[in-house]
Amino acid sequence: MLSWQFCTLAEIVQETPRVASLYLDVPDWQGHMAGQHVDVRLTADDGYRAERSYSIASAPADRRLALTVERLEDGEVSPYLVGELRIGDRLELRGPIGGYFVWPGDDQRPLLLIGGGSGVVPLMSMLRHRAGIGSTVAARLLFSSRSQADIIYRDELTRLGSAGDGLTVFHTVTREKPAGWTGYTRRVDEAMLKEVAWPKQDSPAVFICGPTSFVEAAASLLVAMGYEAPTIKTERFGATGG
Amino acid sequence: MGFVSRGFRGKRRDTASSSRVPPGQYVVTDFPVLSAGPTPRVNLERWTFSIEGEIDEPRRWTWKELQALPSETVTKDIHCVTKWSKLDTTWKGVSVDTLMEGVETAADFTTVHSDGGYTTNLALDDITGNKAWVVYEFDGQPLEPQHGGPVRFFVPHLYFWKSAKWVRGIRLQKEEHPGFWESNGYHIRGDPWREQRYWGD
Repeated sequence: MLSWQFCTLAEIVQETPRVASLYLDVPDWQGHMAGQHVDVRLTADDGYRAERSYSIASAPADRRLALTVERLEDGEVSPYLVGELRIGDRLELRGPIGGYFVWPGDDQRPLLLIGGGSGVVPLMSMLRHRAGIGSTVAARLLFSSRSQADIIYRDELTRLGSAGDGLTVFHTVTREKPAGWTGYTRRVDEAMLKEVAWPKQDSPAVFICGPTSFVEAAASLLVAMGYEAPTIKTERFGATGG
Repeated sequence: MGFVSRGFRGKRRDTASSSRVPPGQYVVTDFPVLSAGPTPRVNLERWTFSIEGEIDEPRRWTWKELQALPSETVTKDIHCVTKWSKLDTTWKGVSVDTLMEGVETAADFTTVHSDGGYTTNLALDDITGNKAWVVYEFDGQPLEPQHGGPVRFFVPHLYFWKSAKWVRGIRLQKEEHPGFWESNGYHIRGDPWREQRYWGD
């Protein structure tokens, strides 16, 4: 039974101009698996309510529950969460939800994470979990952002990727070609996946999250390259939401 | 007065449609896509739809045979457990009642299964009596692969994960076997009007 519970906003970290992480104190949080999400519910003074789902960004063992939210200008909930909500405000949520798009931490297969935009959030929970438990499972993250300024968790990903524990982080930016940039500057394609993805003989566990078109493209490419469909887990979000 | 989210007003719906939107849902005008894995590419030459399990003579239709069956065009509201609802969506396909015509079965439950291995469980009562269809057109056009084409299940009075994409058949069963999402934290029946989203709701 997943009951609604109150939490308190303890800290806000602005990740990019449009994306912020909300660090929440949740009394009696039952714990979660990396990759799960929560439902958030807002209530207006006349009783009107709106609910949305947000991926959990924090690792299971982290002290606070973190949600990373992209502000959608025409959205209903995200402009409240990123813009209106202040430290000390209370928020209603329930979770954790979802038992499929999860990385339990004891899976020894090489990990291939492919994220587009805020689709990186559940993947970040996996990478934080991996680092937190001292896992050295070989892992690669391919992260597609619109521009350098839109890269969520940029510094932390750089840190994680240089820890020498078997994680490599690859970036691509799709709407600019920055000077001095060493990553890719195009949409995910077969040539990129050939360079980044673990060979299919290594039977990687694949997690892809992002906008529908991004996930469709990446998953279809991997299937066409011979990766087994059941090893590819996807999570998509449409242009709406909010 | 219970809890109020300080400073939250929300975007109000017009009252005409709000009575059609189940609790916790919001209306979208586009058509979001959700699925747990890659989109399978379906070969219609070898495609069949079957009804098997608790049935004396299993039934099977090819793509051409399915299309030759009497079809219906229905306009319904759909509700995804991820919170979006889409009003007045129009689909064309064959009623499950047509497929089940004359079938004698001891089954009370079914598993609807798809290319790619997806399954979802449905009570037989939830897919018969003009409540479910096997559809191949959306909005007058052939159903796109990412929305479940060429053929998907359509059972709009339940959350949309029950409307299995890339559907291949119905297994009739005496007992209820939780399907894919139903084994991964989601409600065994999934009635949006009772907000049966997750285990225990």
